[in-house]
Amino acid sequence: MVKYLGNVLFGHFPNFFSEETSLEAKVAAVQMRNVTKTFGSVIANDKVDLDIYKGEILALLGENGSGKTTLMNMLSGIYFPDDGQIFINGKEVVIASPKDAFSLGIGMVHQHFKLVDVLSAAENIILGLPGKLDLKAATMKIMEICQKYGFEVDPEQKIYNMSVSQKQTVEIVKVLYRGADILILDEPTAVLTPQETEKLFNVLRKMREDGKAIVIITHKMHEVESLSDRVAVLRRGAYVGDMMTKDTNAQEMTDMMVGRSVSLNIERPDPVDPHKRIAVRGLTVRSLDGILKLDDVSFDAYSGEILGIAGISGCGQKELLEAIAGLQQAEAGSISYVSDDGRKEELLGKDPLKIQEMGVTLSFVPEDRLGMGLVGNMDLADNMMLRSFRKGSSMFTDRKAPEKLASKVVEELDVVTPGISTPVRRLSGGNVQKVLVGREIASAPKVLLTAYAVRGLDINSSYTIYDLINQQKKKGVAVIFVGEDLDVLLEISDKILVLCGGRVSGIVDGRTADKNQIGLMMTTVGGEENGK
Amino acid sequence: MFDLVAFIPRAVGQGIPLMCGSTGETITQKSGNLNLGIPGVMYVGAISGVIGAFYYEKSIPEPGTLNPFLAITIPLLSCLLGSLLMGLLYCFLTVSLRANQNVTGLAMTTFGVGFGNFFGGSLIKISGADIPSIALSRTSLCFSKSLPFANNLGWFGKIFLSYGFLAYVAIILSFVASFIIKRTRPGLHLRAVGESPTTADAAGINVIAYKYIATCVGCMIAGLGGLYYVMDYACGVWSNDAFGDRGWLAIALVIFTIWRPNVGVFASIFFGGLYILYLYLPTGMDHMEYKELYKMIPYVVTLIVLVITSMRNKRENQPPESLGLPYFREER
Amino acid sequence: MANRVSEPLFHIVKRDNVSRKKAWCIRLIAIVLAILVSAILTTILTDDNPFQVCITMASGAFGTMRKTMVTLQNLAILLIISLALTPAFKMRFWNIGGEGQVLIGGLAAAACMELMGDRLPAGLSFPNWFVMVCMVVSSILAGALWGFIPAALKAKWNTNETLSTLMMNYIAIQLVAYFIIKWEVPKGSGKIGIINQSTNIGWLPQLFGSRYMLSIVLAIIVTIGMYIYLTYSKHGYEIAVVGESERTARYVGMKVKKVIIRTMLLSGGLCGLAGLLLVGSINHTITTTISNGQGFTAVMVSWLAKFNPFTMIFTTLLIVFLGRGASEISTKFELNQSFSDIVTGIILFFIIGCEFFINYKINFRKRKEDDVNV
Repeated sequence: MVKYLGNVLFGHFPNFFSEETSLEAKVAAVQMRNVTKTFGSVIANDKVDLDIYKGEILALLGENGSGKTTLMNMLSGIYFPDDGQIFINGKEVVIASPKDAFSLGIGMVHQHFKLVDVLSAAENIILGLPGKLDLKAATMKIMEICQKYGFEVDPEQKIYNMSVSQKQTVEIVKVLYRGADILILDEPTAVLTPQETEKLFNVLRKMREDGKAIVIITHKMHEVESLSDRVAVLRRGAYVGDMMTKDTNAQEMTDMMVGRSVSLNIERPDPVDPHKRIAVRGLTVRSLDGILKLDDVSFDAYSGEILGIAGISGCGQKELLEAIAGLQQAEAGSISYVSDDGRKEELLGKDPLKIQEMGVTLSFVPEDRLGMGLVGNMDLADNMMLRSFRKGSSMFTDRKAPEKLASKVVEELDVVTPGISTPVRRLSGGNVQKVLVGREIASAPKVLLTAYAVRGLDINSSYTIYDLINQQKKKGVAVIFVGEDLDVLLEISDKILVLCGGRVSGIVDGRTADKNQIGLMMTTVGGEENGK
Repeated sequence: MFDLVAFIPRAVGQGIPLMCGSTGETITQKSGNLNLGIPGVMYVGAISGVIGAFYYEKSIPEPGTLNPFLAITIPLLSCLLGSLLMGLLYCFLTVSLRANQNVTGLAMTTFGVGFGNFFGGSLIKISGADIPSIALSRTSLCFSKSLPFANNLGWFGKIFLSYGFLAYVAIILSFVASFIIKRTRPGLHLRAVGESPTTADAAGINVIAYKYIATCVGCMIAGLGGLYYVMDYACGVWSNDAFGDRGWLAIALVIFTIWRPNVGVFASIFFGGLYILYLYLPTGMDHMEYKELYKMIPYVVTLIVLVITSMRNKRENQPPESLGLPYFREER
Repeated sequence: MANRVSEPLFHIVKRDNVSRKKAWCIRLIAIVLAILVSAILTTILTDDNPFQVCITMASGAFGTMRKTMVTLQNLAILLIISLALTPAFKMRFWNIGGEGQVLIGGLAAAACMELMGDRLPAGLSFPNWFVMVCMVVSSILAGALWGFIPAALKAKWNTNETLSTLMMNYIAIQLVAYFIIKWEVPKGSGKIGIINQSTNIGWLPQLFGSRYMLSIVLAIIVTIGMYIYLTYSKHGYEIAVVGESERTARYVGMKVKKVIIRTMLLSGGLCGLAGLLLVGSINHTITTTISNGQGFTAVMVSWLAKFNPFTMIFTTLLIVFLGRGASEISTKFELNQSFSDIVTGIILFFIIGCEFFINYKINFRKRKEDDVNV
């Protein structure tokens, strides 16, 4: 506790307590000493010391941008440290490329899968290995590994035909195929259902028994608690400290991560005078390659309410929001907008411009902020103009209003930026999202669609975003909030619609729903009743 | 009457440079490099071969006979060296210095065509010929030598056996390239590099080396196309700008064959046929201008094929995903 | 220490932002180096000293009033073509069909001059102003059509524009070749010769008493116009957004296909205008090589200027100066005219390569041997 307080107060602090007390019996597989990495002016890792032991699962904790992934990328040879040393099994090594990492027995499963879409699972698994190309022998070995740990992989299946969980399995098999005994997993559960997560954890526990050293990067406290032996925490690129999982709790770990105590409670005001705003009936959407993405989806969204959407990633959330926003064509169904006087207007089959011209103010905070919501290379003012540039009959754009709006957003939402003429891609994730949300709510919308609004944001920015969304709710906006963290969904939403494979699995009340129940509904339509 | 037996060998002759160009460019593109400098590379390959042959011929005065081995090896090696240097230049700029591939390619074409014409022009001056061309007929004889019994085999010999050795080399290279890309481990790695260099890199494949080697080998094969054109098809006569736009057609062929060099063998011959079709189409006595319209055919066909390939939207038929993009491991 | 640690000799780090001044300094150094290399190459080929070579080049471009005017006129044409391609490039549409768009514009102008000029049966004639209006309209339309076809294919089927515009070049060349033989004077010469030599019908007017000024004045207008269009107009904004991210453009309700087609109509149309100037104001004839590869050179000019119309004046000047300078050298030392292509190529390689040093930094090995031991 003394040490922990010291870390909270002074940031980096030598961690002799834990080393002395508990771990002398274990063998260090990896020792990182004074490792520093900078990107331009950003210090991603500042003199980090980290030990990883054999036969243990280490949870590497830290907010987004705290340098966890960067640190691990230096182990796996993606980045090269500016300074510091790395020891593997006691010997100093230089990991200049992923190849070096492999030969040292280090394998990493990246958050963004490193798979080649047009190749098959087997081809991906043997990628980069020397020797003659013998897919048959490879397939045999893959099946062997699968049997040992209980994976299911079709070696001949092409990656582009796979679900995210299948892709992840391929990634793990790939690492094992190379005989890695230091295994790093970067946010492996972000895309998995609770059930799939449990399956993965069982596999990891089996590997621990095999004597492998395992590092798992995550934000989710309950996963840390259920899986890891030890926790190490990074904050703003610096190493804060480590402790045994059994000696700590979620509150303490969160405090170490953010540096001060924050309340985990999200405000949930009661809806005021809700009435129907969006009515979706029988919506069916097929992707370009013919895959059914939404199947007969029906629901209502009310003004002054937050409708949470839960589901495994990629089971129709994106298509649903894009269909409402006029960006996705549908095969069947209707989406009607109900205005204040009860008039209904069809939104389906209209593009965003037409919807805007109809007088429906609809705001959309998409998942892909810099690829869709904003233009990374343009400055703040130009990005504000995206929504308003058409105003007026002049051939030329009005630059005054967007500049004013940009200044206003910067001021009111505390956006950290050198100025409004800075390209948004130079801002940090949280500030980018503030700019996007700020612009979207500036038009006083009637409907607000948000997709993964806090993905990749630190805790403080996340709360700013929750506040903004709640403010809109209080103003009578119908909010549709697609989220991935069930805890957040359960705290913020009035109702939660659960999607499963493009179908509505059920709609539950956010105040009374239970997390396990939603988890089950995400994997089986209707949840428990149908599942049995 | 349309004489097929006479037409096919000519179509093949026209097709070989295209085949070399498109096989080379396919290998290059498989590594994710879109090399628009291929036309320039083919010029440089051709003129390098010409320079080598020119000085070798000069060293043995007119009535003397050339050593067939040297007469082939010297131009061949100088051609490969010239195209290799072009490939290295392209790689250095786009892979090591991560420059824009389109602009680098175009600059290479400007440079390469200029290089070819400049040295071509200079040699013409040195040789003091009255006409603006150099004739290396003695070297050409070595290059275009076909099997001695080919002429005795009637139409079969004419269609299949009447070519110089470079033609067969080109065809074999194309099939070998296809095999390597599809069936071997380096081929698998090459495909991975072109599709997703980050993935390949994370898998321990040396992305830079693959890009360099694929592009340089591609350039050397393309350079052979230039050499074949001068030494075999044009009977050893170099005149400036004669090689024309075949390099561009070769690049178009890559798409036409959906990145398959074995298909490229037939596609190139087909295009070679289109290229000379105007010579066989009737124009009437005083309407020579129609010939100019017939010359348009290969380009129109390429355009149509381009459109058709883009309409067929199959995942396997798409270009390598990272085509045209520079790779930097620490990109954030 | 058992194993000797071999750190890579250097590794490359991305720079976040380099000041504009420093960036231009790096480019300037690259240009100076490139000129040095070219001068040395020239020295080797000509035995003239490098300093003298530079003077020869300068005198080739600006030696006399007439030479200066020709240089400026060449600059104007290349500038117009580069400006024409710029909106397309900003939209990430690789229009390398400038060559064909210029040619077809020129062909349209030549067709008006041919068909409405001396060839008309006696007694029938059009007023000169009417012919000129027809030339202007038809050449711009023809260029626009040549831009429209690849744009429509791209919009409809996502056809690779680099190759489709390239093919359109050759189709244009063959069309011109066809009409040259159709109109050739005298028969069998394969050339058209000066059109309307006697009547000067369709010869665009001289400005300020100089036949070079029309192109120059137009280039100035197009430069300013293009700058305003790209920077301040709604169209320009749409082009920038579509170029950066089509998904963002769709997200805010822009009609991406419409923007692509509209921009290529503009791009092709302006190339057509350059063709009009080449035929109607400068050469008064047409050949298949009238555009002389400028459609390709313009791609590089535009890219080198980072798509800024005013910067483009300087990059164009650099290229034109090199071209004219090198051709002066080749004339003086009886070298081949392609010498200028080689010099241009060298300069381009240097400038293309130097961008690396603006965007990246190389960190050399800094660890000393004694630090390696723990």
